[in-house]
Amino acid sequence: MHYSFLYEQQGPLMILVGELAGLPPGESVRVQGEVAIAVFNVDGELYAIDDTCSHQDASLSDGWLEGCAVECPLHAACFDLRTGQPSGPPAKKPVRTHAVSIEDGLIYVHESTRVTVGGAVVEEVG
Amino acid sequence: MEHITVVGASLAGLATVRALRAQEFEGRITVIGDEQHEPYDRPPLSKEYLAGTVSEEDIGLTDSDDVELGVEWVLGQAASSLDNAGKAVVLEDGSRVGTDAVVLATGARARQFPGGCPQGVHTLRTLDDARALRSELVPGARLVVIGAGFIGAEIASTAAALGCEVDVVEAADVPLQRPLGAEMGAVCGRLHARNGARLHVGTGLAELVGETRVTAVRLTDGRELPADVVVVGIGAQPNTEWLAGSGLEIDDGVRTDEQGRTTIPEVLAVGDCAHSYRDYTAGWLRLEHWTNALQQPAAAVAALLGREHSAPAHHSVPYFWSDQYGHKIQFAGHRSADCTVQVEEGDPDSGDFLALYLDAEERPVGVLAIDRARPFGQWRRKLAKSR
Ligand SMILES: Cc1cc2nc3c(=O)[nH]c(=O)nc-3n(C[C@H](O)[C@H](O)[C@H](O)COP(=O)(O)OP(=O)(O)OC[C@H]3O[C@@H](n4cnc5c(N)ncnc54)[C@H](O)[C@@H]3O)c2cc1C
Ligand code: FES
Repeated sequence: MHYSFLYEQQGPLMILVGELAGLPPGESVRVQGEVAIAVFNVDGELYAIDDTCSHQDASLSDGWLEGCAVECPLHAACFDLRTGQPSGPPAKKPVRTHAVSIEDGLIYVHESTRVTVGGAVVEEVG
Repeated sequence: MEHITVVGASLAGLATVRALRAQEFEGRITVIGDEQHEPYDRPPLSKEYLAGTVSEEDIGLTDSDDVELGVEWVLGQAASSLDNAGKAVVLEDGSRVGTDAVVLATGARARQFPGGCPQGVHTLRTLDDARALRSELVPGARLVVIGAGFIGAEIASTAAALGCEVDVVEAADVPLQRPLGAEMGAVCGRLHARNGARLHVGTGLAELVGETRVTAVRLTDGRELPADVVVVGIGAQPNTEWLAGSGLEIDDGVRTDEQGRTTIPEVLAVGDCAHSYRDYTAGWLRLEHWTNALQQPAAAVAALLGREHSAPAHHSVPYFWSDQYGHKIQFAGHRSADCTVQVEEGDPDSGDFLALYLDAEERPVGVLAIDRARPFGQWRRKLAKSR
């Protein structure tokens, strides 16, 4: 369902994910931005985070959704989809979160360029 | 309860401390650990740390938040006995730590080859072991790994990638027979040959050859394999000898109930040193799995403090992973001798797949996957439900 392509805009990179109807609640999909991004539908709310786990190279879109968190499919670190923060080991670092918008039934991800921890920018990416 | 002492400063010990604070224990916490190091993660010791791609700092388990736990760390000192019905821990130097409760998290250690060993012969359990081994795995070094279990196979895989010449020796006819069964053990065993390591089955270590330094390994079938480095990977045994005479029931680990309670009130055991009752198998199992050492302490702490505790259902399904030759191997559940294997998706001969273990009544009780993380996670949850 994802004919993901990128287009440069002013501000963050905007990525077309696909049709909203193609991502029902409880589902996830991976799209390619500057890096891979995982998009989740949690009971109708959409969230996007970096797809690659901050611990090793697992794909978080392959993980298990539990409320507003995703459990990494390899070593079970849980990431809060709203903040990107891990809840415990083995992950120590957060993943980036990205804004999601819906226009005309299509999902877009606005790739952020910064990693934030509790509001403070810790690293510029890309 | 004012003072709780945790013995063992590794994954299960740290998870215990975090659970104590998360469950609002406000009293004193002492952690006694015989290693000099602050808690660190062991899985990378045979993988990324041994390969040199992550640092000692990267594998540290504590983070800045842990300062707020307010723990008294006693590192570099072993507990030598448990006294006074669990109300005192005696240390190596003779000092006594009086306490209201004790959580045992002393883990396991690598089983050693009996008799003296020349230089160049290693086991791998600790950071110090990994440092020593890593310095010898130079390109072209001839490595013989005794035992094709998970850790032995991972060391072989890492060493092969580092450019070592690798031989793996396995006493059984098929590697990993006990955890995975003959059919899937053979599938995993084939990864060695496919990636340039030689696997020798049905033969064991008879003798380590070499005066001061090892030069070869003599096998029980009479063959001799030249070796610059040898790793003895023949399993681990629980660190429980120091508990002799404490009144605890020791039988391949400290016997506990589902929550980690032992036969002495206010003494609990968690992680690799605990031989605990498991609902999943309706029997006792001592697990040497990372996730068990991480998750079991929260339940034990709840039992100790008299708190309610509910973990997600799939936490009751034993789970471990192993990384070999770039492949992610995952297993959940428990294999019994009467299990049959049914491949659900993919092809074990060509690469990634997922297989189920069915018991005598054809119910799925275990799942094995290579490079199929997504359906694996779904199956682990289905196994929890089917109980
Ligand atoms: C090389 C290696 C690779 C692994 N890879 C994987 C993997 O890929 N997947 C997986 O699921 N699991 C893996 N494991 C297993 C996992 O690391 C263990 O299950 C986990 O470390 C158990 O944690 P623990 O805290 O119970 O015990 P341990 O980590 O063994 O820690 C126990 C601590 O207590 C200390 N201690 C012992 N006796 C005393 C005493 N008397 N007084 C004070 N301190 C004492 C020990 O020195 C140690 O520091 C691996 C283990 C190793 C060694
Ligand atoms: S790769 Fe995600 S927790 Fe390890």
